[in-house]
Amino acid sequence: MRMIIVAGTPGSGKTAVLIHALRSLKERNLKSSVVKIDCLYTDDGKKFESIGIPTKVGLSMDMCPDHFAIYNIEDMIEWARENDSECLIVETAGLCHRCAPYTLNSLGVCVIDATSGPNTPLKVGPFLSTADIAVITKGDMISQAEREIFRERVLEVNPKCKVIDANGLSGQGCMELAEEIYKSEEVSLEEEKLRHSAPLAVCTLCVGETKVNKKHHRGILRKIDGFQTYKGE
Amino acid sequence: MIDKVTVLGGYNKQGEEEPVKKVVIKKGEIVGVVGPTGSGKSSLIGDIEQLAQKDTFSKRKILVNDEEPSYDDRTNPRKKMVAQLSQNMNFLADMSVGDFLNLHAKCRGASSKCADAVIKLANTLTGEPIKKEHELTILSGGQSRALMVADVAIISDSPIVLIDEIENAGIRKHDALNVLSGHGKIVMVVTHDPVLALMTDRRIVMRSGGMEKVISTTESEKAISKKLSRIDDLLLNLRDKVRNGDVIEDINMDGANL
Repeated sequence: MRMIIVAGTPGSGKTAVLIHALRSLKERNLKSSVVKIDCLYTDDGKKFESIGIPTKVGLSMDMCPDHFAIYNIEDMIEWARENDSECLIVETAGLCHRCAPYTLNSLGVCVIDATSGPNTPLKVGPFLSTADIAVITKGDMISQAEREIFRERVLEVNPKCKVIDANGLSGQGCMELAEEIYKSEEVSLEEEKLRHSAPLAVCTLCVGETKVNKKHHRGILRKIDGFQTYKGE
Repeated sequence: MIDKVTVLGGYNKQGEEEPVKKVVIKKGEIVGVVGPTGSGKSSLIGDIEQLAQKDTFSKRKILVNDEEPSYDDRTNPRKKMVAQLSQNMNFLADMSVGDFLNLHAKCRGASSKCADAVIKLANTLTGEPIKKEHELTILSGGQSRALMVADVAIISDSPIVLIDEIENAGIRKHDALNVLSGHGKIVMVVTHDPVLALMTDRRIVMRSGGMEKVISTTESEKAISKKLSRIDDLLLNLRDKVRNGDVIEDINMDGANL
């Protein structure tokens, strides 16, 4: 089973780009299944189904969607196998983009919106820096100069990635993405690892504390001056 | 060295083959792209900018010197053969004019001294001067457009130049066109402006997303173009006067030779 993990900022055009790529894969007779992970609501499942792709939607609710995607990977692969698919595509919403949901042998695809400004690639961290492919969308909305600067910034953060300029409306670049998906290798989960550790998330907020006052917080707490302390038993 | 660009036709918005199957544009030629709004002019320009290989909506294929461009030629800004002035009127990048130009010069492998030259040139095309320390996002439509023109002319200096509706935003379009279409380049101009359309050598007529036909500018059109330019000059002079707060008392129609 090939495993493609697609992450991206909200509204960057992940679904639109994937729909075009999936059509192209279908023409090449590669059977794919899609899992769409979102937080509270999504109707993207219908969009994938409308082009005849087996689709499953997972809502992570109050859990980080990237973490949710990782815990459920085995079940997703099992489900894709039942569909006789050769390729599982997981589209995950992501929240803070500090997590990188890619595993070592999956194909990691980061979709990033060029209108978000040329500093965005520097801000988003491992979700871009550990990706195999950076798909830059909405380039048609900005000047050629800004597009070129954006691309340079992406390569500064991740010099090894393949950059694809794509347009979710016209489908430009999506065939190139499909080609990369087609060429990607099989993944076995037995020894599979994440490329990058998830961020520290072991404070009282993680388990539901809502009070903001400092005295209520326990766990590993990082101060704005850079010091990190552990408060608790 | 680029001697010619070939556009191999694809499909229109209805999915039918477009009537024009092949257009070859040679070095030194200026080709117009005309047609109603929504007829696919910008998409055609977009296909050429990306050197499309049947991978866009239109399924057109672009050849350079009769050959398929390499992946690197298509994507690496240092090797880019195409400079494009799109229809965008505003910058979205949150940085100063100086930083932006330096970054772009770095991307294109151009000298860092370019920034001053770009600003100087831009200021010949627009009204209120642009300064290096200005934030890009506060520039007016006309200032942004002038800066884009100067940036394309100096930093993105490429053998193929694509210009989308230069008449917008109140900059001096003839000057801007002169700045962009250097000697020996392949120039394509998307326009609704008859003055510009008739100045070109040929024009591609777009309809419903497809290339409908190609018209070579006739001798009488070239003569008309000269007359239109005079009318245009008259209007531009008037525009400058109105902008400067003058009161218009008379116009010299004789000069326009109507």
